[in-house]
Amino acid sequence: MSHLLQEVVAKAQKLNVPLNVHLDLTYRCNERCVHCYLDHDDHGEMTTAEIKHLLEEMADAGVFILTLSGGEIFVRKDLFEILEHARKLMFCVKLKTNAVLIREREAKRLKELAVESVQISIYSHRPEVHDAITLLPGSFKRSLDAIRLLKSHGMKVIIGNVLMTQNMHDYPSLRALAAEMGAECTIDPTITPMMDGNRAPLSLGVSNSALQEVFRDKSLVGNVEEFCAMPAQAGEDDLEATPCSAGHTACYVSPYGDVFPCVQFPLPTGNVRRQRFVDIWRHSDQMKEVRSIRLKDLPTCSHCTHVANCTRCPGLAFMEGNMRGPSTQDCEKSFARTGAPSANMLAKRRAAPNLVQIRTLPAMAQVSA
Amino acid sequence: MSRLYVARDARVAARSLDGEMMIMSGRDSTLFTLNRTATILWQAADGITPLDEIVDREICADFDVDPDVALEDAEALARDLAAHEILKISDQPITLKNAGETQ
Repeated sequence: MSHLLQEVVAKAQKLNVPLNVHLDLTYRCNERCVHCYLDHDDHGEMTTAEIKHLLEEMADAGVFILTLSGGEIFVRKDLFEILEHARKLMFCVKLKTNAVLIREREAKRLKELAVESVQISIYSHRPEVHDAITLLPGSFKRSLDAIRLLKSHGMKVIIGNVLMTQNMHDYPSLRALAAEMGAECTIDPTITPMMDGNRAPLSLGVSNSALQEVFRDKSLVGNVEEFCAMPAQAGEDDLEATPCSAGHTACYVSPYGDVFPCVQFPLPTGNVRRQRFVDIWRHSDQMKEVRSIRLKDLPTCSHCTHVANCTRCPGLAFMEGNMRGPSTQDCEKSFARTGAPSANMLAKRRAAPNLVQIRTLPAMAQVSA
Repeated sequence: MSRLYVARDARVAARSLDGEMMIMSGRDSTLFTLNRTATILWQAADGITPLDEIVDREICADFDVDPDVALEDAEALARDLAAHEILKISDQPITLKNAGETQ
């Protein structure tokens, strides 16, 4: 993050301005990714008029960066009407899409509308691996064709890659492919439980040893020694810090108008169909609670070696049962990075019953004798 | 001397934060912030009102500043912002468009 952007974010936080909103336009999708946390039905999406009104409310509230995502945003027939309105309101618009439905006309229009960037999910450089994750035959080719089209129009394209057991070893070649196409490439090992709490997708997550490997890849992290170093002891300032931007300068709005602190933090705080966006942001008890939490208030994590450097996600912690608790996935990341177990991991070890008893089994002893 | 007309570039993203504009360039996503005086000029840059009129009406009326110095500063700012493709400048009136409208 640039120094200027840091200053802007700090100012927005001080003034309680929601600088950054992620708005899902739909949960419907033309792909069925194996790790997806959404259902794909339409339970009553906001209409075009409702979304345009919401955009006006968000502009009035000071929202600057608007990320439109889904589901697949291009399945909404009114997408360009929404985009035109968003750009008329001078939002910095970022899109997240699988790009399968982007052709020449769409690419040209996105450029004309000065959309800031388009993030496209690509899971491998190998078509068969990508298509086996999206469960849409031919999706790799169509998404890549779209990336090339967008680049030919001078658009900024970011490939978003989620690391899973299926594609763990493909990221170096995918990054090379991205570079060849002039696209950026991000890699995220975080798998999120489904919105209904189902944790089955987590089984697709990469192992600790695989994470260790990723965190020691110089091409990804730069200075490995520095990146994987044991964290310095947290100071008072560290403990006064807020856990992340969720509820402070950022929030999430679902296709049904529900407002949450973040897309990964399913704590309902209000609904824009019944309340003004700014009232939810400023006055919701849940937003205020999230906003009140400092690292020093976290019962387990405040005593953890990693507290000042951890990527702890309060939303994932919330999905584990307590927004002030640890997020086990992030504990595992800190452990994979530094080799030092987190306070949460140590507490779990202490609490685990001793299920293994080592004793000689007479029958086995006789056999081996 | 010809008059200078200024218009906001349709490709930028912009929002006011506590009376100061945050502006993201449509060319390369560079972020700029404008102080309060520059923000006043930016908001008045409708493509139709000449810069000297904007300075006279929006700046000199509210600030204790020499009009010639204020105009000189405003022209320098306008040219700087134009170099970053945040503002359009011309010696003719400019039609202000939203992003995506036919240029």
